[in-house]
Amino acid sequence: MSAASKDIKVVNEKIVENATCTFCGCCCDDITLTVDMDKKVITKAKDACVLGKSWFLNHVIEDKPIARIAGKEVPLDDAINEAAKILMDAKFPILYGMSDTVCEAQRHCAPIMDDCGGTIDTTTSVCHGPSGMAFQGVGEPTMTLGEVKNRADFVMYWGGNPAEAHPRHFARYAVTPEGMYTPNGKDDRTVVIVDIRHTKTAGVSDIFLQLKPGKDFELLWMLRAACKGVDIPDDCKDICGVEKEVVEDLFQRMKNCNYGVIFFGMGLTMSRGRHFNSGALMALATDLNEFTHFVAKPARGHGNVTGADNVVSWQTGYPFGVNFSRGHPRFNPGEFTTVDTLSRKEADAALIIASDPVANFPKPAIDHITSDKCKLISIDTKNTPTSEAAHVSIQTSTYGINTGGTVYRMDDVPISLRPAFDSPFPSDLEVLTKLRKKVNELSKKANRPYATKKYM
Amino acid sequence: MKGQLILIPGRSSKQGVGLNKGKLKEEYIRVTTTLELSFEDAQELGLETADIVKISNHIGETEVQVKVLKEGKLPIGYAFIPYGPPSSCLFDGETCGTGMPASKGMTIDVEFIKKGVKKKTALPPKTAVG
Repeated sequence: MSAASKDIKVVNEKIVENATCTFCGCCCDDITLTVDMDKKVITKAKDACVLGKSWFLNHVIEDKPIARIAGKEVPLDDAINEAAKILMDAKFPILYGMSDTVCEAQRHCAPIMDDCGGTIDTTTSVCHGPSGMAFQGVGEPTMTLGEVKNRADFVMYWGGNPAEAHPRHFARYAVTPEGMYTPNGKDDRTVVIVDIRHTKTAGVSDIFLQLKPGKDFELLWMLRAACKGVDIPDDCKDICGVEKEVVEDLFQRMKNCNYGVIFFGMGLTMSRGRHFNSGALMALATDLNEFTHFVAKPARGHGNVTGADNVVSWQTGYPFGVNFSRGHPRFNPGEFTTVDTLSRKEADAALIIASDPVANFPKPAIDHITSDKCKLISIDTKNTPTSEAAHVSIQTSTYGINTGGTVYRMDDVPISLRPAFDSPFPSDLEVLTKLRKKVNELSKKANRPYATKKYM
Repeated sequence: MKGQLILIPGRSSKQGVGLNKGKLKEEYIRVTTTLELSFEDAQELGLETADIVKISNHIGETEVQVKVLKEGKLPIGYAFIPYGPPSSCLFDGETCGTGMPASKGMTIDVEFIKKGVKKKTALPPKTAVG
């Protein structure tokens, strides 16, 4: 063999076309992945955004145990048995998360909590939970992102920063793409940003409204009143920080567009007013249908948080914060949502799936979930503060990269995943299927009245 | 050098990238311990980029590194921090019957601790209940 031929590296390469990025709610399903099958890494992610690239290119198969109990490596079945026992022995078990796994795995979560009389909650409760409550109050004037691409000539982002949180939202769906009725892309659209900060998103806007913090509801209600013929008040600037003339001009543009859409973020749902803010925005979109076609949609964060809402809804009738302790599902945000059950120190066992409350929850909730009063079980793909604090920790493979399945895009459109390469770690589906079976066995043994409920 | 500001935690693309590299890794910790201040507030408080400050409220306290923004990027009286453990330690568990803690618009005290080094090292996580 010559010296030159020794240097030639033969790479066992695989190309995955139309792979789906599951980092954010855009679920872009047009990514071309180049996979080094020998090293089990993705070397290129064509067409992915900065977040998508970091999602794919930083994925490595880590050298660590599949399952641990109290920090010690154990066989997977032992960890599942221990987790099932903890859940069945608990007086107030809770299950939280699910936004970063496939629907096929999510569907096992409600039955697990049903069998042990617990409470199920998704990350929606600290994301667009208030919007979910508002849907029930005022309805949802909805659409798909395909409609937006092809028809919307007025696009508004309210209380969100998609340039940083959903970087391809502009190019793929709402601002620059050339659609059926918007052939000139951005030139055919008016883009309006409403925020309290001049974010990167504001840079793409035709009109930027810098609102006074906490005054979203006031401006939304002024626009609703304008729909009914009420003048914008003279002291508009004092109320919400935006000139009266600017709001009047905005209202005329909203009324006179052919197809208007408002995407809204957590600037609305996490601020004072919460579900009233989301409700006011969706009611405004509904009101504007007196003049033209107008829709609104929350810009969802995690890859499959929309799927979690859909799955829990079709199983229990409610999207999050559902309690089974009386043998039937009860929905009550504020009572059965996870921040509340932890902050009030009610939960004595917590099964956390594909999420990280120890990093993101309020301090009182973190204090309780990491205390010896609450047994913590973590099922996740990566090391996180939650997995590190857990009594039982199970490492799973990553959806969209190692395992297939179904996710819901932020506009409730289901998308099938195309995995890139195998993982030595079990899938969430495999782990949750086993856990559900074990919990069901224990529930039957204990003669729990609610055991063996049938789910699809 | 002490004052009060309204804290707005939120997402950023750097935080998202750091999250994918690992929440226990340097990059994520650095991003989530960076407090963005308006140019005017930084002048008022006598703070410069890279200074280490203590931010606190009735829930807890933590130390973060300052980044001073250009004029007009942030309303006067407001500070921004990417979501992460430091911002969480200031969140109240009260959700007003919604399940959602009031994560934006918290009043915080900002107090200068020491001069820091620009963008070199992450602060070690250091939080305590107030």
